[in-house]
Amino acid sequence: MAGKTLYDKLWDDHLVKQRDDGSALIYIDRQLLHEVTSPQAFEGLRIAGRKPWRLDANLATPDHNVPTVDREKGIDGIVDPVSRTQVETLDKNCDEFGILEFKIKDQRQGIVHVIGPEQGATLPGMSIVCGDSHTSTHGAFGCLAHGIGTSEVEHVLATQCLVQKKMKNMLVKVNGKLGPGVTGKDVVLAIIGKIGTAGGTGYAIEFGGEAIQSLSMEGRMTICNMSIEAGARVGMVAVDDTTINYVKGRPFAPTEAQWDQAVEYWNTLHSDADAVFDKVVELEGSEIKPQVSWGTSPEMVAGVDGSVPDPAREEDPIKREGIVRALKYMGLEANQKITDIQLDRVFIGSCTNSRIEDLREAAAVVKGRKVAPSLKQAMVVPGSGLVKAQAEQEGLDKVFIEAGLEWRDPGCSMCLAMNADKLGQGEHCASTSNRNFEGRQGFGGRTHLVSPAMAAAAAVTGHFVDVRELTH
Amino acid sequence: MRAFTQHKGIAAPMDRSNVDTDMIIPKQFLKSIKRTGFGPNLFDELRYLDEGKPDQDCSKRPLNPDFVLNQDRYKNASVLLARANFGCGSSREHAPWALDDFGFRAVIAPSFADIFYNNCFKNGLLPIVLEEEVVDKLFRETEETEGYELTVDLESKTVTTPSGESFGFEVDDFRRHCLLNGLDDIGVTLEDADAIREYESSRKQTAPWLFNASN
Repeated sequence: MAGKTLYDKLWDDHLVKQRDDGSALIYIDRQLLHEVTSPQAFEGLRIAGRKPWRLDANLATPDHNVPTVDREKGIDGIVDPVSRTQVETLDKNCDEFGILEFKIKDQRQGIVHVIGPEQGATLPGMSIVCGDSHTSTHGAFGCLAHGIGTSEVEHVLATQCLVQKKMKNMLVKVNGKLGPGVTGKDVVLAIIGKIGTAGGTGYAIEFGGEAIQSLSMEGRMTICNMSIEAGARVGMVAVDDTTINYVKGRPFAPTEAQWDQAVEYWNTLHSDADAVFDKVVELEGSEIKPQVSWGTSPEMVAGVDGSVPDPAREEDPIKREGIVRALKYMGLEANQKITDIQLDRVFIGSCTNSRIEDLREAAAVVKGRKVAPSLKQAMVVPGSGLVKAQAEQEGLDKVFIEAGLEWRDPGCSMCLAMNADKLGQGEHCASTSNRNFEGRQGFGGRTHLVSPAMAAAAAVTGHFVDVRELTH
Repeated sequence: MRAFTQHKGIAAPMDRSNVDTDMIIPKQFLKSIKRTGFGPNLFDELRYLDEGKPDQDCSKRPLNPDFVLNQDRYKNASVLLARANFGCGSSREHAPWALDDFGFRAVIAPSFADIFYNNCFKNGLLPIVLEEEVVDKLFRETEETEGYELTVDLESKTVTTPSGESFGFEVDDFRRHCLLNGLDDIGVTLEDADAIREYESSRKQTAPWLFNASN
């Protein structure tokens, strides 16, 4: 019999019941909650007279709607009354049901996918869900983690389980070493460019190979975070010493004898050497260049030295029409060089790239330089209050402010523009977020997905530039 | 949940691939704490020429005459024809809520994104995967014939055209069973409460750190 993949092991360890009809009950170790996708779930519990199955498995924080200025005002600082109601509703629900919440003024507040790992609430081998598609982030810890809808949020609150059907296994192997200036973000954009935005649909992806193994936990989180942009709900990396060292000493991590017992188990969380994958995709790390998205789907990417594609050269009529539509929306010309794209705003933040290493990377590029005068705005939004405090301790805030970038309070911010931070119509933005869909960052806004270093380079030049030209 | 057995209704063609859930219901409408009322903002950025705001009277807004659902012949559509990878992106269940609130009961496409597909079943909205060639044919016939109606039958797992041509589709037994009977998923799972407790007590032995109180 062939060995097991990491996904097979995680599935087996969480299987409560296999049903005859092919569905299965899977146990959920951790649910993260935020204000946008939980109110209807709590309301459902109330209407049915149900109680949460296990309170201590849940952790909540407001992130999507929170303003990134005037944090000391707390909820009163939320100008939009509809946003304010949503954040107040989360507070009320968590208080009523007894769920731990890092409220808006708590220093531990932040983007759910940043605070889970930061607190050690995300532990290797856990099954983790959240009403947010970027829950795949936590797969970086060898977790079975994925986004769910609001009905399933309610289902997990009430039963601690999900009804699931097992996915297929895919291995994405990135061989060799990454070049200097090439980050996890560039790797995942290159992967999505290769397999397409539906390439991972129906699969749980394991990312492996030397280039992945050599990444820090934060780089791995960036890669797993965007699995969903390749269509895969689940993205994972095997547990190794990097994982275990990251977890050690975090507030929710086990200690003493339980720590030793946990580490012994965690060290088994990798695919067996003879495991069989349904699909294997390989990339050469040394061939990956800093990436820039030019279109309205995350698969529409090019190397920074490349050009916007010419639809006339696309043979598939549906793809051709997709390119024509994207170029029209983005206001770009076929064959235009990526480095000729002029920018209006720069956004450094989001659950993809708002952790301390991301901020260090960006600060290293802007240090001693100034934001290009042609830009309307360049902003840095740390992923949590603790990331913000760490960055300030290292003096990164001063580097950004001296260069002319805005230093904000934590939240999802301009990644999806549910708060006041948004693009104006027709504006081009170099963004470290995860989606370049039409209107994502504001009505008529034009998003280009890049790494923090590339966003920082764009901020000081006003257009895209190969960050390696500035730093090496 | 509302049961789905059979539905006959006008088909509307949404002719673009990779329609994401941001497009189905833009973020500003996600601030609602209710499950209903999203219909007027379905496909908001494609449907209207101005920027939509929450709690706005949409009947006064300028319509985009080129958008398919603004054409009189599709205004009462209840079966949406779509292209590959429909519903990709965000996990927002507001997307099926908006489709349902508009009046759609079924969506037919060559493929769906996983989370959206799953969310549909929780709301009595049936997502149907048909071969690309079949979907192409349905698009052609819908565009050629005003008032073109499709009959979707979950019991027999078929889609039937006005000329009587029938196409079979696959759907998981569990999902089909729940939808046919309008079952509450949570109620079904709670029938296995003993199995869940048994799993927990055995897991507490092998992985006690997963049960440390977090608060």
